[in-house]
Amino acid sequence: MTAQSVPPPNLPLMTRISIFFRMLAVQSAWNYETLVGNGIGFCVEPALRRLPGGLHGNAYRSALARESQYFNAHPYLTSVAVGALARAELDGEAPERIERFRTALCGPLGALGDRLIWATFLPLCSFTALVVFGAGGSPLATVLTFLVLYNVGHLGLRIWGLQAGWRRGLAVAQSLGHPMLQRAQPQLGKVAAILSGLALPLAIERIILSSELLFGGTLIGALVGAVVLTLVQGRAEGSHHGRVEELLQGRVEGWKISVGMLSVFVLYSVLR
Amino acid sequence: MSGVDIVILALLGGVLGLDTVSFPQAMLSRPIVGATIAGAFMGDATAGLLVGATLELFAVDTLPFGASRYPEWGSAGVIGGTLFAKAVQFEAGRLTTSVLAALLVAWVGGWSMVQVRKLNARWARARHESVASGSRGTVIGLQVSGLVADLFRGIILSAVGLAALHPVQFAVLERWGTDAALSRAMVAAVAGAVSLGAAYKLFHAVPGFRWEFLLGLAGGLALVVMI
Repeated sequence: MTAQSVPPPNLPLMTRISIFFRMLAVQSAWNYETLVGNGIGFCVEPALRRLPGGLHGNAYRSALARESQYFNAHPYLTSVAVGALARAELDGEAPERIERFRTALCGPLGALGDRLIWATFLPLCSFTALVVFGAGGSPLATVLTFLVLYNVGHLGLRIWGLQAGWRRGLAVAQSLGHPMLQRAQPQLGKVAAILSGLALPLAIERIILSSELLFGGTLIGALVGAVVLTLVQGRAEGSHHGRVEELLQGRVEGWKISVGMLSVFVLYSVLR
Repeated sequence: MSGVDIVILALLGGVLGLDTVSFPQAMLSRPIVGATIAGAFMGDATAGLLVGATLELFAVDTLPFGASRYPEWGSAGVIGGTLFAKAVQFEAGRLTTSVLAALLVAWVGGWSMVQVRKLNARWARARHESVASGSRGTVIGLQVSGLVADLFRGIILSAVGLAALHPVQFAVLERWGTDAALSRAMVAAVAGAVSLGAAYKLFHAVPGFRWEFLLGLAGGLALVVMI
C-alpha cells in the first residue's frame, strides 16, 4: 500500500489546533542560513510528542533535529510541508527518505505560493480595497473588505495545506497538482487586471478631491508615468552592457523612484 | 503629540510591523489597514484611510517575496496615518509630506528587518549544536526570540519615526508654497503611476491583459462620472 492509500493515524484536535497557531508564526526565526527551517521544527513539534518515548525519547529528539534544518517555502504553503512531515515522522518513514522529501518539497511550495499569493491574490485584494475606497467606501467597509477577502484565502489555504499534507504524507505532491491550485492563478490574474484598471481612476478621483481638469491631468500623468517607469525598469533589468545598467540591476523599483520624485517636489514647494 | 500618544502608536506600529513577516502575516500590516487604524486613533479614520489608500497604491509594487528586501509597511502605515491626521491645520502639502515620511519609514523598516534576520542567523548559529541534538527548548526559544526582536524593531522604528518626523513635517508645512490641489495631484499621479507599473509587471503575461485593464479603466471612468 502506498502512503496516500493508508488512512492517516488519529491526530488529536488540540494537537492540530496547536500546530495551526504555530504555523502563523512559522517565519518568526527566519534567517539567511536556515531560512524557515527552525519554524518547521517549531510547527511539527506538537505532533512529534506522539512518537514512541514521548518528549524525552530518542525518536522525538532525532525527528525534531531533522525537521529544524534548512527549509524554504512560501509561508502559507509550509502548512502542506508541516502536515506531510508530521505524518511521515509518525508513520516511521526512514530518515533519509524524509530528508529527500523535504529537499524536493522546497521548490514547488515556494514557486506556487509566490505566484499564486504574492503575485496574484494579494494585489487582487489590494485593488479590490482601492475600488471600495474610490467608490466612496467608509474606512470600516474598505478595511474589512480587504481583511476578510484576503484572510478567507490566507487561512483557508493554511487549513487546506495542513489537512492535505497530513492526509497524503509523502505523496502530497499530488495535492499540489490540484486543478484549483493550477488554474486559479491565471483566472485570478484576469480579475486583478480588470480591478487594477477600475481602481486607478476611482482612487485618484477620491485622493485629489478636485476639478475635472485636474483629475484628467492627474490620470494622464499616472498613465504616462507608468509607461516611463516600466521602460526604465525594463532597461535596468534587461541590459547588462553598461556600468550604469549593471549598477541599476535589481535596484530600480517604482516606489524607490517615487521617493526621489516626491523629495524633489517637497524641496521645490519649500524653497520656491 | 503627547508622549502617551507616541507610546500607544509605537505599540501599534510594533504589532503591525510584526505582522509583516513574523506573526500572523494576515496583512494587517498593509498601509490601507495600518494608516486607517492610526488615523482612527488620532480621531479621524477617514484621513487615515485617504493616506492609507495612497500608500497602498505604492505597496502593490512591493511584494514580500522570500529572502528579497522589501519595505515594511506596518510601521510606515501607522506613521503616515498619524502625521496626516495630526496636520489637519495645513491643507497644502499635508498628503505629500505624510506619504513621503511613510515611504522613508517603509524603506528604513525594510533595512531593519534585514538586521533582525541577521540577528536570527547569529542566534541560530550559536545554538546549532543544540538544535542538531533535538532540543525542544532551543527550537522554541529561537522562534520566540525572533518574534520578540521583530516586535521591538517595529516599536522602536515607530517611536523614533514619529518623534523625529512630526516636527520636521510641521516645519516643512509652515514653509509650503505650492497650491493644495496641485500638491495632492502630484502625489496621486506618482502613486497611480507606481501602481499601474506594478500591475503591468505582475499581470502582463496574463492573456488579454491590455483589454482587461482597458475594460476596468473604462468602467472606473464611467463610475467617476456617475458618482
